[in-house]
Amino acid sequence: MSIRDLTIAYEGKKVLEDVNLEIKENEIFGIIGPAGAGKTSFLKCLNRMDIFAPEMQVTGEIVFDDVDLLQMRNVYELRRRIGVVFPLPVGLPLSIYDNVALAPRLAGIKKKRQLDEIVEQCLHRAALYDEVKDRLSSLGSLLSGGQQQRLTIARALSQEPELLCLDEFSIAVDPVTTMRIEDVLKELRSETTIVLVTNLVQQARRLASRTAFFHEGACVEVNDTEELFTGEVRDQRTRDYIEGRFG
Amino acid sequence: MAATADSLAFPQDAFAASDTDARKETVQRLFRLLFGLMTLLLILPVALILGTLIYKGGPAISMEFLFSAPTDGMTAGGIFPALFGTIWLVAVALLFSVPLGIAAAIYLSEYAPNNWLTRMINLCIINLAGVPSIVHALHGFGAFVLFAGMGTSILAASLTLAIMTMPVVIVAAKESLQAVPQSFREATLNLGATRWQTIVTVVIPNAITGILTGVILEVSRSAGETAPIMFTGAVFFLPFLPEGLFDQTMALSLHLFVVSTQIPGVPEETPYGVALVLISLVLLMNSISIAFRMYLRGKKKW
Repeated sequence: MSIRDLTIAYEGKKVLEDVNLEIKENEIFGIIGPAGAGKTSFLKCLNRMDIFAPEMQVTGEIVFDDVDLLQMRNVYELRRRIGVVFPLPVGLPLSIYDNVALAPRLAGIKKKRQLDEIVEQCLHRAALYDEVKDRLSSLGSLLSGGQQQRLTIARALSQEPELLCLDEFSIAVDPVTTMRIEDVLKELRSETTIVLVTNLVQQARRLASRTAFFHEGACVEVNDTEELFTGEVRDQRTRDYIEGRFG
Repeated sequence: MAATADSLAFPQDAFAASDTDARKETVQRLFRLLFGLMTLLLILPVALILGTLIYKGGPAISMEFLFSAPTDGMTAGGIFPALFGTIWLVAVALLFSVPLGIAAAIYLSEYAPNNWLTRMINLCIINLAGVPSIVHALHGFGAFVLFAGMGTSILAASLTLAIMTMPVVIVAAKESLQAVPQSFREATLNLGATRWQTIVTVVIPNAITGILTGVILEVSRSAGETAPIMFTGAVFFLPFLPEGLFDQTMALSLHLFVVSTQIPGVPEETPYGVALVLISLVLLMNSISIAFRMYLRGKKKW
């Protein structure tokens, strides 16, 4: 996926300007930056959630599989191929099974056996299966916060997305669950591309192969993660943020 | 030992109520009492009405009263044609207003862009709710009875009731649709669902209890209204039951008006009996919906 000259504005006020970056296949791409840097707005564009916010204006190009997403008509197909996990887990008030089976069902899969298989496999991949296998029919919204977050990941995986975006997934989750989810993401790297927006600098360092630093509506620097953290200083602001001097 | 007692005395002093605290507490108690009494006062009219009706109308109620037609110039006999007619009128009114009202609510809550047209529609709905029932009656007479050529009939009367009660359904349904968290919609849309799939799978199941509340309110109101049906389909006296939508019918509310004011020589308990049946009918329908709502709410958790 390559992003060219992406600019996002809310009612004329620019929140992100001229972002240019490449996301390579099967990598974990980290995005770090202080609050209000435009990270979440950026993610919204990747699966075209911007069309539900009429005040949001997006210009530029997001090329994915040789198609410019911003010109694309069939956003439903697009959202099946690009999954998003939000900061606060949303366990829909459906059973655990139905939560995961929702997307395949919406896409027209009806066979019980096929659905069973998808649900089990996705819960496994999100490291949740062992905890919930005996109560798949109980409500997903009654799980603990950390379990719900993994349920959301399982739900996002149910369509075999080629790109999985996670927006500060560890905000509502305890450290142990965070580590478990991080392990899940490392496993997933072999199958899918991951864009990880995070407010934890060290999380990006642990997981991402390359990282971008967003600051005040601009993409300041994109580099190999280790290079960004320990290499030669290219932009003083990046280094200051990483070392905790602001943000 | 003495030292311990001294050190315990200090915290007690520290938490003693100051004058301001005492005054604050008095004022707060006063208002709790005041508002509590006002709330209790609300029960009074309900208790009085029901009590009077049961006391005075109770003796009139019998199987014969419920299931036979009025006789002797309506001074004797039962109320069956009126009871039957009211159920007809409410049922047909629901048939029109519920699907239409819910459809409008879904459009306004889920699809409508925030522009002048939507605001205008919302304003119209609020104004429609404020139109007096006698105006609805005259409108129904002009539009359905005369212009559409339905004549005075159940259909015309029910349509008039439907128009009158639709705003209640729309507003209640819209409010409960909007009470469904936005994050549920976003989560579903993110999975590649269309708006319609989102509405069907996530929004409506979580709003259904509130929508039912609107329907309950509508049932209560349309069963009790007299003016709108007086010119459009309900009649003074009809010795037989209506057979179709284009027949006229008797109705409980109009019958109550007739036996209490228009006919001399009606036994005293009859009007009370009619009122008791009318109010019981409404309460019965309400309790069925409330029970259904509680059943649905028991299944919903978030």
